[in-house]
Amino acid sequence: MTTTLDLVLWVVVPYACLAVFAVGHYWRYRYDKFGWTTLSSQLYESRLLRWGSPLFHFGILAVFLGHVMGLGIPKSWTAAVGVSEALYHVMAVGVGAVAGFCTVVGMAILIYRRRTVGPVFSATTRMDKLMYLVLAIVILLGLANTVVGNIVGHYDYREGVSVWFRGVFLFDLHPALMAEAPFTFQAHGLTAMLLFALWPFTRLVHVFSVPVGYLWRPYIVYRSREDRLGGQAPRRGWDRVGARYRR
Amino acid sequence: MRVMAQMAMVMNLDKCIGCHTCSVTCKQTWTNRSGMEYVWFNNVETRPGQGYPRTYEDQERWQGGWTLNKRGRLKLKAGNRLKNLMTIFSSPKMPSIQDYYEPWTYDYETLTNAPLQEHTPVARPKSLITGKEMSISWSANWDDDLAGSTELAPSDPVLQKVSDKVKLEFEQTFMFYLPRICEHCLNPSCAASCPSGAIYKRSEDGIVLVDQDTCRGWRKCVTGCPYKKIYFNHRTGKAEKCTFCFPRIEVGLPTVCAETCVGRLRYIGLVLYDADAVLEAASVEDDRKLLDAQRSVLLDPDDPEVIREAERSGIPRDWIEAAQRSPIWSLINRYEVALPLHPEYRTMPMVWYIPPLSPVVDAVSETGEDAENSGNLFAAIEHLRIPVEYLAELFTAGDTAPVTAVLKRLAAMRSYMRDINLGREPDESIPASVGMEGEQVYDMYRLLALAKYEERYVIPPAHAEQAHGLEELATECSLDYEGGPGMGGWGPFGEGSGGTTPIAVENFQALKQRQTTNTLADPEDKEKRVNLLNWDGKGRPEGLFPPAPGNERGAPERMDGTDPGGETDPKP
Ligand code: HEM
Ligand code: SF4
Ligand code: SF4
Repeated sequence: MTTTLDLVLWVVVPYACLAVFAVGHYWRYRYDKFGWTTLSSQLYESRLLRWGSPLFHFGILAVFLGHVMGLGIPKSWTAAVGVSEALYHVMAVGVGAVAGFCTVVGMAILIYRRRTVGPVFSATTRMDKLMYLVLAIVILLGLANTVVGNIVGHYDYREGVSVWFRGVFLFDLHPALMAEAPFTFQAHGLTAMLLFALWPFTRLVHVFSVPVGYLWRPYIVYRSREDRLGGQAPRRGWDRVGARYRR
Repeated sequence: MRVMAQMAMVMNLDKCIGCHTCSVTCKQTWTNRSGMEYVWFNNVETRPGQGYPRTYEDQERWQGGWTLNKRGRLKLKAGNRLKNLMTIFSSPKMPSIQDYYEPWTYDYETLTNAPLQEHTPVARPKSLITGKEMSISWSANWDDDLAGSTELAPSDPVLQKVSDKVKLEFEQTFMFYLPRICEHCLNPSCAASCPSGAIYKRSEDGIVLVDQDTCRGWRKCVTGCPYKKIYFNHRTGKAEKCTFCFPRIEVGLPTVCAETCVGRLRYIGLVLYDADAVLEAASVEDDRKLLDAQRSVLLDPDDPEVIREAERSGIPRDWIEAAQRSPIWSLINRYEVALPLHPEYRTMPMVWYIPPLSPVVDAVSETGEDAENSGNLFAAIEHLRIPVEYLAELFTAGDTAPVTAVLKRLAAMRSYMRDINLGREPDESIPASVGMEGEQVYDMYRLLALAKYEERYVIPPAHAEQAHGLEELATECSLDYEGGPGMGGWGPFGEGSGGTTPIAVENFQALKQRQTTNTLADPEDKEKRVNLLNWDGKGRPEGLFPPAPGNERGAPERMDGTDPGGETDPKP
């Protein structure tokens, strides 16, 4: 049975957050390309960053891949290619634990660095603090899920949360599945949605600029001055003959 | 052959007096902003010295520029593309703010606010990074004029390369200044290191720029540039670099550093080069062959075939003519007196230097010999190993032959011209001994010693069939742009967010703010005062002088000092 609260929490809120996520990114990219950066703080400090940042990033990327596997791929598919329940479990918990551990340690170093290194702290914005707060809650709850789902009790998220999650994108709604999930899973899902809503307004936008194109592009980029001179675009209606259309 | 045009610079080091005017005017123009406090697009280093940032020339440590891989192909010294991406989360070889210097200001307010006390109040230094009090222990010019060089100079990476013997003879001190800007390389390793492809070389004039809207702050270019001429703006999180003052160049004006140079030692002009030959020339195996390789990439602008090819690649006629009159081409390939800085970095730098003869001249005159006699000078050039080897490490990857050749030409010019100036019969054997003709030496002398503004700077304006859009020559109001007139302010994501403001609009706002501000310099009754910045010197505008007693209107009837009862000076 689905209550109104379940509908709000597991249908309305997710769609609202994902909409903010999508529209927010589009808007920010159009409006604020100049502010779209990692805001690296390495100039101030690199001893802690050298450990913290790679640990956190490699960890979180592995965690992300784990989520693609766990949430995105139905149980029936892995079973069909011959991955038994037990094998999957060992793999997921094993790899997941290592990745989660790296992420948490890396994040701890990064947060410690943000707070204690003077120049880094004074360059920390309010948005950074909010982002780190939500990010830390999401990550810690995620870790709690591993403990709750595997060690304390037993909850097979691949038959619950995952089905709900895929449903959100397939418009095949299962709010009831989330309503039945253990509390930490519910909290992890909800805070993650909150993080998605915040995403476009924080430095996390850098994730969408992963420069994989670098592997193929020619080393030296040539660009024509084109129709711009002196850093200023001509007024509408005054483009040079043959100038490319600007959007 | 694919002909391209490149805007290039030559600096004549003999004339640099190390006054730093170029650095200061450049800073006032481009980097007097928050986030760029520590940045000097133009800096002047004393050599021998560590440079700015400290020891940047030690590429074993900083891994800038290119090197050859086992198969003899060019690769970034910091590693291939994959390695570059895998180390993106924390760049392994990025200089920290301490390697540049921690910028500071002084707590000037205590000077005016301090209560009456026995001791004079002091303005303490405050860090511009943390805002806290700090003690100053390094700056962009700590070893200026060899200050502290007994301790500091031994870490000069160039000096370290010079042989042991030379190190011991260091007591016989020499020094000269090396002004540096971005080299606007033909093979820029900064651009090659940028994961986002935000750094580009303009195909019209070869100026290397960072697209501020595409830069994502991966800060890999800082490592990539062996000259450390890419700087990370720590407030906006974007890379910035010397722009060769492109808004000025586009309208035919020289860069700010060149325009304001006290020694008038900078030359700006075009060179034509063969873009297809760059990669091969940069991949020459022997470091010492790189100088010749780089010279050969530049094309003779008087060669009819080059002209034909240049026209075919769309280089306008007046640009080709400018390349023919270019002082750069003359100094590099006609007189062969200019040399590139650190060709061994293989980026094909395009700011070249005429090495200084002065260390040799000084050494000769110290012995009491005639320092304008070519025989004495030639002997000294052969004999004085220290300065020559040092210069060779800077300009020719350690090969002393080309440096000696250049110094001899400069020495020959010195003696040959002395005879002429003293009205003696010129000695034609002097030019002949350095493979030149008397007339050529005279022309070189004209270019190095007398050249007027238009000869030092041969800059054809950019081809803008839409000249109305040019920034500095705007025939329309340059504040007319969407969202203008740039009312400034930041977007909602704090500093650095929101759209960019055209340079002219920024200047306009700054000027307006200065002229209308409510500060001590321009107090509240400012509508009654005259802003002297706007006063054309004619007439006596109302409010130019403070009101005379009994005369509320403010304009005194007589000239100051003629009214026995009136005030002559504004009282503080
Ligand atoms: C492959 C994708 C990614 C790349 C290439 C990348 C790259 C970077 C870089 C270069 C920095 C600046 C570090 C510095 O110099 O200060 C950074 C910072 C950061 N990144 Fe990423 N990132 C990626 C993915 C992610 C993801 C998925 C997250 C989290 C969900 C994340 C969260 C952060 C955070 C929180 C910081 C700030 C660290 C600090 O200074 O406190 N990144 N990232
Ligand atoms: S000198 Fe200038 S163009 Fe050359 S690599 Fe450095 S920043 Fe790039
Ligand atoms: S302004 Fe000219 S003379 Fe003065 S330091 Fe700069 S390059 Fe040298």
